[in-house]
Amino acid sequence: MALFKYAAPSAFFPIAGRLGTIFGVLALLLCALGLYIGFVVAPTDFQQGESYRIIFIHVPAAWMAMFIYLVMAGWCAASLIWKTRLSGMMALAVAPTGAMFAFIALWTGAFWGRPTWGTYWAWDARMTSTLILLFLYIGFLALHAAIDDVRRADRACALLALVGSINVPIIYFSVKWWNTLHQGASVSLTAAPKMASTMLTAMLIMVFAAWFYAIAAALHRLRTIIIERESDSAWIAAALPSLNNGRQASNGI
Amino acid sequence: MMVFYVLIASLFPLATSPQATMLRGIGPGIVWVCALLAILLSLPRLFSADFADGTLEQMLLSPAPLPALIAGKVLAHWLATCLPLLVLTPLLGLQYGLESRAVMVLAAALLLGTPVLVWFGAITAALTLGARGGGALLALLVLPLAVPVLVFGAGAVDADNSGIGASAHLSLLGAGLLLTCVIGPFVTALAVKIGHE
Repeated sequence: MALFKYAAPSAFFPIAGRLGTIFGVLALLLCALGLYIGFVVAPTDFQQGESYRIIFIHVPAAWMAMFIYLVMAGWCAASLIWKTRLSGMMALAVAPTGAMFAFIALWTGAFWGRPTWGTYWAWDARMTSTLILLFLYIGFLALHAAIDDVRRADRACALLALVGSINVPIIYFSVKWWNTLHQGASVSLTAAPKMASTMLTAMLIMVFAAWFYAIAAALHRLRTIIIERESDSAWIAAALPSLNNGRQASNGI
Repeated sequence: MMVFYVLIASLFPLATSPQATMLRGIGPGIVWVCALLAILLSLPRLFSADFADGTLEQMLLSPAPLPALIAGKVLAHWLATCLPLLVLTPLLGLQYGLESRAVMVLAAALLLGTPVLVWFGAITAALTLGARGGGALLALLVLPLAVPVLVFGAGAVDADNSGIGASAHLSLLGAGLLLTCVIGPFVTALAVKIGHE
């Protein structure tokens, strides 16, 4: 298959560089536009005042945190099935971005919850499952860091991420039922008033900005991982002469 | 393990308050957390000794199917570590002033739920073979996965108390038990293979 040609790190390395730059620029432009519409153009909410504006960061972050876990699990499945080296590197490259978005979602959610709900933290199903999602990301990264052989680490982490991905919906529903049994839904986003269209536009633009940022960051990290793991191969010496020069210089000393 | 289980459960009333109503409310949840911690404590012993002296490698090479050998090991581990906890549960129930009906529901939930925890533990213990980090890493990997079991297990007693009946919770735990017993041996076997690459 033609696509598998790019499963070789040497073939994908230059493309990752170009795509990473394109998506990085797009993310920057969309972020500027989204924040402008969100913070300047969009009207103040009649119930929540100015504090609602955090959704322009909070909602994209929360969506990306979940979406990136799915992407990561997909690359992990590919890595276990086809044993391609690049899939494992991809999974490792997206994981820190996913963890960052999960953290941002929790942090901004707490700051939004304080003026709106009167509390930084409630054991709401979404919050609790996002927190556990963050732990799953940290576990993935910690396991990878704890195994010295990177190929083995890739495969072990792939299995862990797949087990986790089966568990994520179960965790969500278990916490949801647990909470409704305990105290009933005292906080709910479904009852919120319909959003004004400018707010929705700004939020969607920010979602794309976050998405493109995630792609750019992951590709950039992927290039670093490739350089790290393939630094001894001939093609990387040809692609990055500076790396080679540095090594020769240090060998000379 | 049994001493650990009772010891941890005895610390909570000392650290909070000996008020009977509060203890009765938090009792089932605390018993579940203690069971989870006791299992977590026992997990490094599941594979690491066999990994160190090469027994696990012989199992990989043996003509018998690896998932069956793993299932045997995990069953033995459950019998050795979790069954004693189940036997001790009425004692903990007495400490927390639970009624006999609540203790029965709690024991049933533990019977269904602890094998699920042991399977999750077996998968992660196999994944961490030869990894640095040890116990803390194992805890970080197992505890998030254990959340649903904890919720349904401790929830069973609450549901029974409030008159809803515990059958829904116990059914869900039973479903988890069936699922992990079918998938668990193969996933753990794959994890053991990855550990020996």
